[in-house]
Amino acid sequence: MIDPIIASRLQFALTTIVHIVFPVVSMGLAPFLVYFTWKDIRTGEPVYEQLRRFWTRIFAVSFVVGTVTGIVLEFEFGTNFAAFATTAGPLFGGPLAVEGMMAFMLEATFLGVFVFGRERVGDALYMVSAVAVGLGTWLSAVWILIANSWMQLPRGYEMVTRNGEQVIHLVDPIAAYANPRFFWMFVHMQNASVESVSLAMAGLSAYFVFRHHVWERPVDHVTFWETTLKIAIVGLVITAPLQVFHGDLYARHVYETQPQKFAAMEAVWETDSYVPEYLIAFPTSVENLLDPRAKEIFGIGIPGGASWLASGGDPQATIRGLEEFEGPQPPVAAVFWSFRIMVALGFWFVTLGFWSGYRWFRGELFADDLLHKALMASAPLGIFAVELGWVVTEVGRQPWVIQGVMKTSEGVSPDLTGAEATATLVGFAAAYLGLLTLYGYVVARIIRAGPPTGTDLVGVDDTDTDTTPSEVGADD
Amino acid sequence: MTSVETLSNGPLFGLPLADLWFGLLFFIFGTFLFLDGFDFGVGVLFATRDDKDEREQLLAAIGPFWDGNEVWLVVFGGALFAAFPSVYANLFSRHYLLMFAILGALILRGLAPEMYEQRHDDRWQRWWGRAFVVGSLAAPFFLGMFTANWLLGATTLVTLPGVLVGLTVVALTVVDGVAFLRLKTRGDLRNDLQSDGYRALAAYLVLVVLTLVGVYALAPGLRSTMRSTLVLGLVLSTLVLAAGYVLATRADRYYVAFAAAAGLVFALVGVVARLLYPSIDPAVGLTVAAAIVPTLSLNLMSIGAALLLPLVFVYFVVLYSAFSGPIEAGESY
Repeated sequence: MIDPIIASRLQFALTTIVHIVFPVVSMGLAPFLVYFTWKDIRTGEPVYEQLRRFWTRIFAVSFVVGTVTGIVLEFEFGTNFAAFATTAGPLFGGPLAVEGMMAFMLEATFLGVFVFGRERVGDALYMVSAVAVGLGTWLSAVWILIANSWMQLPRGYEMVTRNGEQVIHLVDPIAAYANPRFFWMFVHMQNASVESVSLAMAGLSAYFVFRHHVWERPVDHVTFWETTLKIAIVGLVITAPLQVFHGDLYARHVYETQPQKFAAMEAVWETDSYVPEYLIAFPTSVENLLDPRAKEIFGIGIPGGASWLASGGDPQATIRGLEEFEGPQPPVAAVFWSFRIMVALGFWFVTLGFWSGYRWFRGELFADDLLHKALMASAPLGIFAVELGWVVTEVGRQPWVIQGVMKTSEGVSPDLTGAEATATLVGFAAAYLGLLTLYGYVVARIIRAGPPTGTDLVGVDDTDTDTTPSEVGADD
Repeated sequence: MTSVETLSNGPLFGLPLADLWFGLLFFIFGTFLFLDGFDFGVGVLFATRDDKDEREQLLAAIGPFWDGNEVWLVVFGGALFAAFPSVYANLFSRHYLLMFAILGALILRGLAPEMYEQRHDDRWQRWWGRAFVVGSLAAPFFLGMFTANWLLGATTLVTLPGVLVGLTVVALTVVDGVAFLRLKTRGDLRNDLQSDGYRALAAYLVLVVLTLVGVYALAPGLRSTMRSTLVLGLVLSTLVLAAGYVLATRADRYYVAFAAAAGLVFALVGVVARLLYPSIDPAVGLTVAAAIVPTLSLNLMSIGAALLLPLVFVYFVVLYSAFSGPIEAGESY
């Protein structure tokens, strides 16, 4: 039997790591779907109808999996972290309730209209439903991140003893909910979602473009894939540099508000000034990998770079090392390496954006096979970078569940037994493995079936807009 | 800061907000049970249909709705967390395995139709069809168990009232599902469903009586409340609604039958809420007044709910009017 504290933490980690993939897909796809729907209605060009319907299918499947995995999270605060829920509930529960009423209701109801209703409603209401679904996914992030940012930077509360328990009371709603951390988290997360989806779209369409133009194995509806590639590149060119830009500002905010986390991100143990930023760091031994210490690691760094990052321009600035903080430290290795890889990926995405933009500008977008391969290889990396970013955020603030207020171990349900927690952890590990496999399988089928074509498109008599791929595809 | 001070000093307009939130919570739960209830019922009825085309119609009927319906459970969880955080924490951690059984059933139910439609070979559809039925049966059953354990303050997983209420809720969802499908289908399928509805209704009434007798015998503390006018009135209205359901079904008044099914659900939830009140977590003897969130949070949430719930109502009107009437030929999940 695993200890209930460890099992609860592992289970929460597992269920969030799996869940976050699907909101990223739906939040990232949302602006594209709004655009496709708008163009489809305004121009009536078949390629926009194809784009709308193809990506709506992927959106719908992602939304279903996002719903079922999301409900789990909302219940887990009560099942596994009852002590946290009791203590933080008066401040923390509100945003979750509002998220359900304001955001989730909006997206789930209009999704029905958006996915099933093209033939049943007029253009105007259909457009409204596309916007409502997109807005709902983004509002959802607003409330979840308001709740999360408060755990990172708790403000506007006081500790009160009530019914014999220490409880957090809300005293200043503006301070608590209009949290400066929220701003950075929201900007960084939403931009990351659009960037991740742009990368996935670019990688997928690059495969078909490569197959058609370079490999010379003709692909059906190549115009569809070419258009997808171009739209995805536009998304990437806009989001990739922005992500690096506000990532830098966000890191500075973390240094100011969570110095312990920042020290873990840089693996700085002793307080020092003129701390270098290791752009490339290699673990030279297993010890280095599992217990990185910036001073001992082999790397190529910008002298004073970390100081510069933390202070906003002063390479001489002092960085407080981990040794200054009492009690247990966050798992430095996970935070340090995740941060490094995420930043490296961020720069790689900027490179990809400029590279693709340049080829497009030169009219060579469909001919550069190396670019196609790079895009294909990078298709899943945006989502991977989001996961790494969340590892930095959530693992980096350990041992705290509420920074400086409550330890994660103190938040676990007091009566939970090791047997119960182990049973559900094992159950989730198995079920989510199956879930991810099925999701991959379904998305692969949608891709293989390709966009709807011919008589199936609007304008031709057709009552069945959103059939499943197997009904549309030629392979059945 | 003056507005914050006003909001911290006492409940908005001097309203009994704690009791109103208790009522709202059960209204949300009732709405969930009515709306997602017919999805569960359709899932159970799926087992009684062999014909591929008929099965397709059942899935198409709930296709646009089930996701929105299920969100009422999310809102229930969120509202419980926000208004009564210690109840949310105690209740969910006490019924740990039951909560995950509910979640597992909901995952299976949500995923199965999506998977069912992916491939059209028999083996694949047979298995995902079964998964759909199992999820749709298990979700209301475990939800019923959870409700009974909550009401009676049970600390063990399986209790006799838990099983009885679980079965009661399953029967009720089938009644609900038939009422919904009579609106959404045509021809033979619609006619065949009628007898399923009657059988489920009979089972429901028998189970309600058994449950009431069981609770009366096992929970002496609840006896006086059970004899109160409100509870007796709700039990009586259940009989009236059941009769109304049968008469409306006979007369092909589908909307009236559907409304009667809604009435049955809210009557049941009303009985549970009344028996619970003024306690909200009998296992630890916590009352509504003691468990309610502090004033400032409570006022803010009340403002939020008062602004947002009417909007939610509008969303559902848009959704249900866009897909009103029977499913059209060619519509699928």
